[in-house]
Amino acid sequence: MEAAGVAAEAQRRSVGRRLADLFHGRPWLQRGSLLAGPIGWLVIGYIGSLVVMLIAAFWGVNALSGEVSRTFSLDNFKEIVETPVYRSVTGRTVGIAAAATLTDALLAFPIAFYMAKVASPRMKGVLVVAILMPLWSFYLVKVYAWRTMLSEGGIINWALDPIGLSGPGFGTAAVWLVESYLWLPFMILPIYAGLERIPNSLLSASEDLGAGPGRTFRRVVLPLAFPAVVAGSIFTFSLTLGDFITPSLVSPETQFIGNVVKANITNNLPLASAFAVVPIVVMTIYLLIARRLGAFEHL
Amino acid sequence: MRTKVRGNPARWAWFVVAGLVAFMLAFAGCGGGDDDDSGDEALSEVGKGEGELDLVAWVGYVEDGSTDPKVDWVTDFEKETGCDVNVKIAGTSDEMVDLMRTGEYDGVSASGNASLRLVEGGDVDPVNTDLVPNYKTVFSDLKDQPYNTVDGTNYGIPHGRGANLLMWNTDEVTADTKSWSVILDPNEASKYKGKISVYDDPIYIADAAVYLKAHNPDLGIDNPYELDEDQFNAAVDLLKQQRPNVGEYWSDALKQISSFTEGDSTVGTTWQYSYFALKGDNQPVAVSPKSQGFVPEEGATGWSDTWMISSEAKHPNCMYEWMNHIIDPETNAKVAAWFGEAPAQSKSCDLFKSLPAAYFASPSHCADYHADDPAFWERVYYWITPVADCGDDRGEECKDYNDWVSAWTEIKG
Amino acid sequence: MRLSHRTRNLLRAGVAVTLAFIYVPLIVIGIYAFNGGLTLEWPPPSLTTKWFGEAIDNQGARDAFVTSIEVGLAATAVALLLGTLAALAVSRHRFFGRETISFLVVLPIALPGIVTGIALSDTFTQVLGISLGLFTVVVAHATFCIVIVYNNVAARLRRVSGSFEEASADLGAHTWQTFRYVTLPSMSTALVAGGLLAFALSFDEIIVTTFTLGAGDQTLPIWIFTNLFRPNELPIVNVVAVLVVLISIIPVYLAHRLTREEGPSARGAPVEAEATAIP
Repeated sequence: MEAAGVAAEAQRRSVGRRLADLFHGRPWLQRGSLLAGPIGWLVIGYIGSLVVMLIAAFWGVNALSGEVSRTFSLDNFKEIVETPVYRSVTGRTVGIAAAATLTDALLAFPIAFYMAKVASPRMKGVLVVAILMPLWSFYLVKVYAWRTMLSEGGIINWALDPIGLSGPGFGTAAVWLVESYLWLPFMILPIYAGLERIPNSLLSASEDLGAGPGRTFRRVVLPLAFPAVVAGSIFTFSLTLGDFITPSLVSPETQFIGNVVKANITNNLPLASAFAVVPIVVMTIYLLIARRLGAFEHL
Repeated sequence: MRTKVRGNPARWAWFVVAGLVAFMLAFAGCGGGDDDDSGDEALSEVGKGEGELDLVAWVGYVEDGSTDPKVDWVTDFEKETGCDVNVKIAGTSDEMVDLMRTGEYDGVSASGNASLRLVEGGDVDPVNTDLVPNYKTVFSDLKDQPYNTVDGTNYGIPHGRGANLLMWNTDEVTADTKSWSVILDPNEASKYKGKISVYDDPIYIADAAVYLKAHNPDLGIDNPYELDEDQFNAAVDLLKQQRPNVGEYWSDALKQISSFTEGDSTVGTTWQYSYFALKGDNQPVAVSPKSQGFVPEEGATGWSDTWMISSEAKHPNCMYEWMNHIIDPETNAKVAAWFGEAPAQSKSCDLFKSLPAAYFASPSHCADYHADDPAFWERVYYWITPVADCGDDRGEECKDYNDWVSAWTEIKG
Repeated sequence: MRLSHRTRNLLRAGVAVTLAFIYVPLIVIGIYAFNGGLTLEWPPPSLTTKWFGEAIDNQGARDAFVTSIEVGLAATAVALLLGTLAALAVSRHRFFGRETISFLVVLPIALPGIVTGIALSDTFTQVLGISLGLFTVVVAHATFCIVIVYNNVAARLRRVSGSFEEASADLGAHTWQTFRYVTLPSMSTALVAGGLLAFALSFDEIIVTTFTLGAGDQTLPIWIFTNLFRPNELPIVNVVAVLVVLISIIPVYLAHRLTREEGPSARGAPVEAEATAIP
């Protein structure tokens, strides 16, 4: 029995060992087999799908049946470029995305700094958990909560009424508010991680050289934390850019890029695809800039 | 581990990948999209039920007791036929068309601005009305209509019809509400800035056309769905002027009900279902009175809905059973009473007086809703898909649905 | 860093404001979970606990919950596999196109959900002819979850020097043994943390799911979306949200402990090295 066990063991080891020998000294095989899966999935699967969708942007559509006619034309892109509404929708969406990103950066920095440099280790743990928890409550429920808060009979009006003010109600301002709210944790965490990586010795050195806290902050902390801020901004910006659910719930009369795309999918898929190119281009440029600024190390 | 510069196999790998993507490009170009034969045959006989039925419907059309336990015309159907009903509520005709194109549903309660698109796109099959016994006693002005019959072939079973309503909060709106001008005349509408609730669908342009037909006769608008360049631009401009005053473009009836309840909307267009839901909740809302046929002075757009069967229906027998069930006199009476529309089934008119209290049915329902009054419906313009062919001596001058959709995006801004 | 008392207090105030901003809406949801009335005015007319019972009884919610878990687990598994493979390739090898990988991997999550949703759904139905269902959703979710795992594992591999693996090889272990006894254990907590985050992302996802899910199935977010405006179901939605948040304390805490596990010692050395590398 023992001999059989040893023989089986030898057999097993030889298969594994044989494979290992195959890989040994052949780095290209190691690389290839590591990359085959992810690259295949992402490039063929995902990029391929994007390409399929983008091809449709060059086609036309039958108005009555909605059937796509595969005749090449640039009409859809012409319509996107020439009709003013697409520009204003894009401007509005990009503007709100930028506003929400800025707001989040301003709101996130104090708490991230506190967590990284001032808080005790136990407090740090508590705060991290406190910030991650809201991520687990559903996006839809959070947006709906804001809808009820912002509505006529909601808590914001109820609270401001005694002072004679009223809340923003539904509208573009509400979208800015809610988007800033939703993605705040995505901004706090990378900034926190980035600030943590700044060694305290650096800050002490700055002080030793005579800089006050303000100067140290401006000249040392901010530049070092900047890539992390950009990393966080990738999420806040992109998640706001494509969102159509939040606008439909807290600003049911405004259109954002996502709403226009969604409205056209049924009737005019080519036009929807053509307009979908806009956020793709915007995000690609954003990502390239972010990578250059070093944000990818901080994701 | 350093790479050996040896003709670099990694580079080859990338080329292979790029090649595969290019292949996929070409493949996408030729393949894909199943071409369904639009000349599909209708069923020749109804067999045994398949045990399940997947429907796409307007809110309030397929009640199974989940809204109100006493309001239910689905459970009895399920018991009789063994077909378990699953319903997907859609808010607009566009959504319905979208869902039907997936081929995952058996049937749909389509309005005129979806039905022809479905026929044209091959997404629905003709209906053999001989297999639907209750069809014989449907009101004759619902049969063989342009929105449910194409080239003499019948494509569906009428469900019922109604007009779109003007509804307002009686506490907030004290102005004259006999006319649509309260939301379409820029001077009047500005009083309710931010509180106006308008249906979110390109078909709403027809509502502006109905208004202009009465107020700007020079434009010569006759059929609000057949608009040439000048008429169309006038309607679109009117809606662009309305836009700053609009607080909500609604497509989900329940969402609109919530807006009116919370006070975020105080006046706008709506359906009977929402109006009755709000009244039932003791909200201070009102619509145009019975004396006007529930319709403002200028008339209104409306809808006449048809149950259609999918060309890819997995449960056609159950669908036929459903189509027969929904227009049997008692069910159609329940449906018409609950939603608040004119029934399709003529024999339903006698049954309203004996419906359970939960349906809030009045014995004069048919008279109130003009179920048997074809002349009334001449002021109600059923939803239908606009096409380029004006159908009169203007020829192909009219705006087609793509134009309407693009204009709608521009109106909302 | 020495901060004045005033600065410290300002900082604390900032933290309080931010935390209040984050938690007030959640508290509102919590209160509405006990809402006695059916409208959503503030303050709620009365409080009741009946919705908790109804939520547990609700068949639709329970089915959707199970579906969400299934999809989440499957998508996380795929993401773990592919993300780890990619991270290993990038951290331990050099090759043509290496920098592009991190760009590629982040694309599915950086592009708007509606773009990913339409693209994938079109490819599934038009090009590949598969009908939409749980399989297509899992594929879609896995695609944007890859980046989460990739980032966690790549960051860990960057911190743990490759010299351990070389030492292992020098001592006679072959590729699998090195992977199993040296690489994998050093990554394990990163894998768990990445997996948990990926699962959370999949669990909450709505937009891409809308486009890639079949008609007959519902994930929990889809179920919520359908029931958001139904007066009879909305309180259940709030209850479900509250329950999920409460249950989630466990994985969140776990993930936090695991990523902290390196402690000050491991953090100190590489970080000091980084500090000197900063120009």
